[in-house]
Amino acid sequence: MTRAGWIRLLVIAAMVGALELACRLDVIDPRVVIPPSEMATTLVMLLASGQLNDDIVRTLGVITISVALSVVFGFALGLLIHALPRFRAALDPFFATYYAVPIFIFYPVMIAIFGLSLIPIVLIGVATAIVAMIIATLNGLDRIPRVITKVARVHRMGRLATALQLQLPAAAPYLFTGVKLSVSYAFIAVIAAEFILAPAGLGRAIANAYADFNNRRMYALMLFVLLIATVINAGLHAWDLRWAKRRGARPS
Amino acid sequence: MKATWRALDTIMIVIAVVLIWQGLALWVGDTALPGPAPTLSYMAHFLPSARFAANALATAAAFALALLLAYGLGIAIGVWMGAQRLSGEVGEPILITLYSLPKITLYPVILLIFGLTLSGKVVFGAIHGILPVALLTMAAIRNIPHVYLKSARTLRLSPWQTIWNVLLPATIPEVLAGLRIGFTVTLLGVLLAEMFASKDGLGFLIINAMTLLQAKEMITIAVVLFAFAAVANAILLWIEHRLHHRA
Amino acid sequence: MHGDVHAQFAGVTRVYPGAGGHAPVHALGPIDVALHKGEFFAVVGPSGCGKSTFLEVLAGLQRPTAGTVTFEGHTVAGEVPDGVGVVFQEDASFPWLTVWDNAAFGLQRKGTAPAEVRRRVDDALAFMGLKDFSKAYPSQLSGGMRQRVCIARTLVLQPRLILLDEPFGALDAQTRLLMGDEVLRLWRTTGATVLLITHALDEAAMLADRVGAMSARPGRFIEIIETGWPRGRDSTIVAEPTFGEITGRLWERLRGESLKALGHSDLPPATLGAE
Repeated sequence: MTRAGWIRLLVIAAMVGALELACRLDVIDPRVVIPPSEMATTLVMLLASGQLNDDIVRTLGVITISVALSVVFGFALGLLIHALPRFRAALDPFFATYYAVPIFIFYPVMIAIFGLSLIPIVLIGVATAIVAMIIATLNGLDRIPRVITKVARVHRMGRLATALQLQLPAAAPYLFTGVKLSVSYAFIAVIAAEFILAPAGLGRAIANAYADFNNRRMYALMLFVLLIATVINAGLHAWDLRWAKRRGARPS
Repeated sequence: MKATWRALDTIMIVIAVVLIWQGLALWVGDTALPGPAPTLSYMAHFLPSARFAANALATAAAFALALLLAYGLGIAIGVWMGAQRLSGEVGEPILITLYSLPKITLYPVILLIFGLTLSGKVVFGAIHGILPVALLTMAAIRNIPHVYLKSARTLRLSPWQTIWNVLLPATIPEVLAGLRIGFTVTLLGVLLAEMFASKDGLGFLIINAMTLLQAKEMITIAVVLFAFAAVANAILLWIEHRLHHRA
Repeated sequence: MHGDVHAQFAGVTRVYPGAGGHAPVHALGPIDVALHKGEFFAVVGPSGCGKSTFLEVLAGLQRPTAGTVTFEGHTVAGEVPDGVGVVFQEDASFPWLTVWDNAAFGLQRKGTAPAEVRRRVDDALAFMGLKDFSKAYPSQLSGGMRQRVCIARTLVLQPRLILLDEPFGALDAQTRLLMGDEVLRLWRTTGATVLLITHALDEAAMLADRVGAMSARPGRFIEIIETGWPRGRDSTIVAEPTFGEITGRLWERLRGESLKALGHSDLPPATLGAE
């Protein structure tokens, strides 16, 4: 681990330690924040008891479905749009503005249309993630070096073989960045949706714990969600770095 | 000539979107999704109303303050991390991790600390905006070509002259990009706070309208927010491009 | 030509301290050399030999680890002295200013009167052939023209010592020859002492009064050749036989050093089949 890595570890440990101390010494009101150690022990207890299993399965399941739909359809749409340059040019302002507007604000509208079920949550997850995948796909296809198609022709390869053996691997790192972003965005959107209004899920559980003044449960769940998000995103980021090294560039 | 064709194409896309909207509205019915025409007529008498004005103002106030906080702290942190090599190396992964976390999970903590007040919304909005502003400001400082600093020394500039006449103009385009992204996420943060727990604001109005099955009000507010964000983003982007064509 | 001493290196070495687990790098020296007032001195050597370090130590951008550098009698350390102008290898033109504002930049920071600024900037831009581009932005110009903007910015300050760090590195061969003529014209008009760092042997041989051949790292002068050219020279002297001799002599001294810089320890045979 690099020197900066060690310092980072120390900084984080120091901050957690400071919070722990501040809570234990009553510098911070225990009705507002509980010590990190208590958060951890409550979480372990909740996980062991199996109480959270349904919510975990549900939230992670919804996220997975959203990501799967976003990646598959985002890639397909990206392929389609890339093949139609005029259409793509017309869509340009749309792509530029998409992530500038609060898409999430449509979640209540979706609930009004589809009712309080899984569907609006999956929809908002897809709505948030899919455009990132489309843009990443377009980017990746753009960046396939022209010379690769020439090499394919020199080797007298067919169109499908060229696509699968040369073009896809060339675009893969950028596509993976799209997957990484889709996961990140879907995660945020789904949790937020569950917070606002949902029949079940981790977000709903945190909101309920807050409403019930059950701080210990609330913080334990918060810790869980933040840990899972960190691990998943860090894992994908590390994977992305490996891809980037292969093509000799820095990932976004 | 090409530009007008391009604009025409985009207008056609917009028309297509409106038609899809109309189609959806016909399919699911007026109570779930009002069509474009009823929405416009509702807008005409709702937007001038006192109720809209009061809530729009509440959101605007929270948003403006959150933006100031996000920009101020974000730039300060970004400059420090950009100029001070080690702090940048240590801090960048932390900021990137925080950026991808669902910060809504932290909102109950903020509520516990600040209660159902303006400050809570402002702080929550700000923690969204600080991150992209800090990260992009840091990148801007790091990307200053080394030769500019060497030139400043050969021209015997004072430290203040170096900062004001060289570093600032060199970093503005990239910092501006960070401010633009910060604008978007801060707005979203404030709206999320209002949607989850608030007694006023446009986010609150939307949830309120949902529970009262007021579909027209819901869609109207959503469209208004969309338009606001889109126009603001276009303006910031235009400013960025004006500065970039020189770079 | 032996005029008064303008700048002097006495026992100068420069060692880059090791950072992050790397060993310190002995980049330059010991160097003992004197630059005479009004002369044109070129330094050639293989990549990484320390030529740029030599220039930066002279400019005051880096401190010598040992030894002293003096300019006009005063010690140079850590700060760029008044009267020294530097043109760097990279494009240092500021993209947010017009050509005119770029050239005026240094003068304006010094607080010079606007009328004087206008006079000097207009003169310098005319001299560098940039008058028609005053209102343009550097991003609209070619690499060569941007370098001329940087030279103009240095010129307006009327430096007595002009340091050029591989200023034509990014340009094609023909443009380099033409820019060489420009630099000679500049040198004659300003009467300044000029130090040129280059990796191109022919460029050094054509432009300079004296050429210092620098060894591979740590850079030391293997030989300093006097070219004996008349002051009124231009790029047509490449036709002179002496030009070929000087260039040949430089390569003779530097071929081994270049191989060392590339990582070969022995000299392979100079011609194919010479075994």
